[in-house]
Amino acid sequence: MDLNFTPEDEAFRAEVRAFLESVPPHLRGVSRRELSKEGQLEWHRMVFKQGWVAPAWPKEYGGTGWTTTQRYIWQEENAAYEVPIILPFGVTMVAPVIYSFGSEEQKAKFLPRILSGEDWWCQGYSEPGAGSDLASVRTKAELTEDGKHYIVNGQKTWTTLAQHADWIFCLVRTDPNAPKRQMGISFILVDMKTPGIEVKPIITIDGGHEVNDVFFTDVKVPVENRIGEENMGWTYAKVLLSHERTGIAGVARSKKGIERLKEVAGQELLDGVPLSEDKGFMSKVTELEIDLTALEFTELRTLAAESAGKGPGPESSVLKIKGSEIQQRLTELTLEAVGHYGFPFLGDEQLDGWNESPIGPDYAIGSAPSYYNTRKTTIYGGSNEIQRNIIAKMILGL
Amino acid sequence: MDFSFTEEQTLLRNTVERFVQDKYDFETRAKIIKSDDGWRKDYWQQFAELGILAAPFDEDHGGLGGSAIDIMVMMEELGKGLVVEPFLPTVVLGGGFLRHGGTAAHKAEVIPAVIGGECVIAPAYAEPRGRFNLADLETTAKKDGEGYVLNGHKAVALGGPWADKFIITARTSGGQRDEQGVTVFLVDKNTDGLSTRDYPTVDGYRASEVMLDNVKVSADAIIGDVDNGLELVERVMDEGIAALCAEACGVMKQLVDKTIAYSRERKQFGVAIGSFQVLQHRMVDMYLNYEQSVSMTYMVNLKLGEDATERKKAASAAKVQIGRAGKFIGQNAVQIHGGMGITEEMDVGHYFKRITMIDTQFGNVDHHMRRYAALSE
Ligand SMILES: Cc1cc2nc3c(=O)[nH]c(=O)nc-3n(C[C@H](O)[C@H](O)[C@H](O)COP(=O)(O)OP(=O)(O)OC[C@H]3O[C@@H](n4cnc5c(N)ncnc54)[C@H](O)[C@@H]3O)c2cc1C
Repeated sequence: MDLNFTPEDEAFRAEVRAFLESVPPHLRGVSRRELSKEGQLEWHRMVFKQGWVAPAWPKEYGGTGWTTTQRYIWQEENAAYEVPIILPFGVTMVAPVIYSFGSEEQKAKFLPRILSGEDWWCQGYSEPGAGSDLASVRTKAELTEDGKHYIVNGQKTWTTLAQHADWIFCLVRTDPNAPKRQMGISFILVDMKTPGIEVKPIITIDGGHEVNDVFFTDVKVPVENRIGEENMGWTYAKVLLSHERTGIAGVARSKKGIERLKEVAGQELLDGVPLSEDKGFMSKVTELEIDLTALEFTELRTLAAESAGKGPGPESSVLKIKGSEIQQRLTELTLEAVGHYGFPFLGDEQLDGWNESPIGPDYAIGSAPSYYNTRKTTIYGGSNEIQRNIIAKMILGL
Repeated sequence: MDFSFTEEQTLLRNTVERFVQDKYDFETRAKIIKSDDGWRKDYWQQFAELGILAAPFDEDHGGLGGSAIDIMVMMEELGKGLVVEPFLPTVVLGGGFLRHGGTAAHKAEVIPAVIGGECVIAPAYAEPRGRFNLADLETTAKKDGEGYVLNGHKAVALGGPWADKFIITARTSGGQRDEQGVTVFLVDKNTDGLSTRDYPTVDGYRASEVMLDNVKVSADAIIGDVDNGLELVERVMDEGIAALCAEACGVMKQLVDKTIAYSRERKQFGVAIGSFQVLQHRMVDMYLNYEQSVSMTYMVNLKLGEDATERKKAASAAKVQIGRAGKFIGQNAVQIHGGMGITEEMDVGHYFKRITMIDTQFGNVDHHMRRYAALSE
């Protein structure tokens, strides 16, 4: 056991930093909410040019062949430079399903376009009636008589960034009479331009538009767009759900978040003295930092096990629970730190190209909306209650 | 000992409750907070007609002579409806300053205007660098002949965009955080040199930054005593806290009830999610937090008349309880609603937003823990 990085790792870190130094300022330090579609794509193309979009993929499909340590360094430096994330829907969600279970044609058609950012993907799993209980999806896909197409009818919901998407991957019901609900589900890929698809925004309590309802009315999907066998979609999706553990805990970004929080506390005054000198407040920050250190080492242990060949398992639930709770606590303490200036609500026009001086200090802007928005992290990706159920069952054997 | 309400109090509660039910449903409120004005001036007139604005004032000035408990029952109902019209700034705080510190002329002129719905008051006590310390003032008021000249920047004055008058705290002597040297002024919004920047708040209200650039006022503008205003400010703010706690109880009641109702309706895995024991216990804890908050709200409202130290401790203790309970209840209400909890279209998220900001208003948990501890030394 040791914590040292090898000289090769340090050389790699230098290479990563050299690349990140070249990222233009307008792509740094912007939250996802502020980042436009164009900004997101610009970033994706930069990383693509560098060949680093998909560290976790097998090399034959365009993966980097990095060690887990290198992947860790990449995450850490990304957070330190506050560059955007590579959106997970294509690269970390659908691609592993395609290269693990897809046909050669599907791999050749979709993987290069995911890497290059040519196709923007979204995830069509959840439905109004199927949230935590995902196996109850009802969106129906029926084969046409000639067996060449599925006709899809139904509704997906909470679909993140569907408003920008070119493709959506969906769990659909192909056998309503299967003996177990999980056995009648197929995994299909749908071109968002197909007639019969309608995307409607869902506005969240922070005023943002990141999720949508997606309606399907007699949408015609070629059978070639089904992954693997009919009615086997649940099995494929489950593999995906626990895939790619690097980054799920968001450790590197939360570390940066704590740094930022301390900066805020250093500027905010309490009786004329910086809040960062207040024992009461800082003990909460310290507690959070220690929690995060524990999570960092839990993640490192998980990664070590993974690189030793142990496949992804229920341990990812540990990372999800602790990671999301820390992210929430971070926004909570930031809102607390800014005092009265948590109140002003500045609309988008004031985030982007606003010429007047903002209301209150810069560091306070958006702290309440960000706190509101971050409540999502314990809800999505399998709620924390569901993650605890998984741990109880799969790890504790209860 | 008696925890029952008088007939008048029940009547007041019913009046506000009915108003909220009939005229302040969720869709109506959504329209109000999105509108250019951000409030319904005609509703404010109706408040006046219903006697809501008259509750705490003396009968001599046209009021109903009500007590803190009268305010409490109304605030609770206003909280249930997330009513944004400025009852707290104008009647509770503005009214408090006028009642406890106003001159005979203020009382004779301004109180009837408040009662009649013709005068909205926004207290501007906070400052950009003062955090929650009411004495930490950079705004100055310098003697100028018979009157004063005000200079400074007051922060986040809730209700400011609708105000006809501001109540402004300023330093007339002493150092920046000295207890001595604080003076309270009642200033017309249209006074030369006073300007505002108005904006919506994250919980659906409107607020203003108030800039004072050589604002000349006469000595008649002073509320209370020159240099000795801090005790008055603290008293009024404690009354504000007591009222705010009642509003918070209304908000929390809704969050608890709506979550229980949702958990009965929402089915996953073939059963109502309310049947999962882990959620049941969570909702039990929400309920416990709510009940403890109601108790503390009664406590502070019953103790507002006690000596200053007792009153301050009661207010801080209640505010700590509300802040903590509000966070627990708000976060878990959203969590149990799943994705629906964070949508703009569902009411629960709006209650969550308000209960969150109630912790900041008049000082957060940390501030009031510190204040309570200092008073207990
Ligand atoms: C911002 C955001 C983005 C999202 N993006 C996507 C996306 O891109 N694609 C997609 O397909 N989905 C997406 N989702 C959907 C997300 O996966 C679901 O919200 C999540 O699965 C929870 O489902 P639900 O909202 O229906 O809540 P419900 O399942 O109704 O749950 C409500 C509450 O009940 C609890 N609960 C449910 N079952 C149990 C149980 N057995 N034991 C104990 N407690 C239980 C839950 O934990 C929760 O607290 C997104 C959601 C959000 C909020």
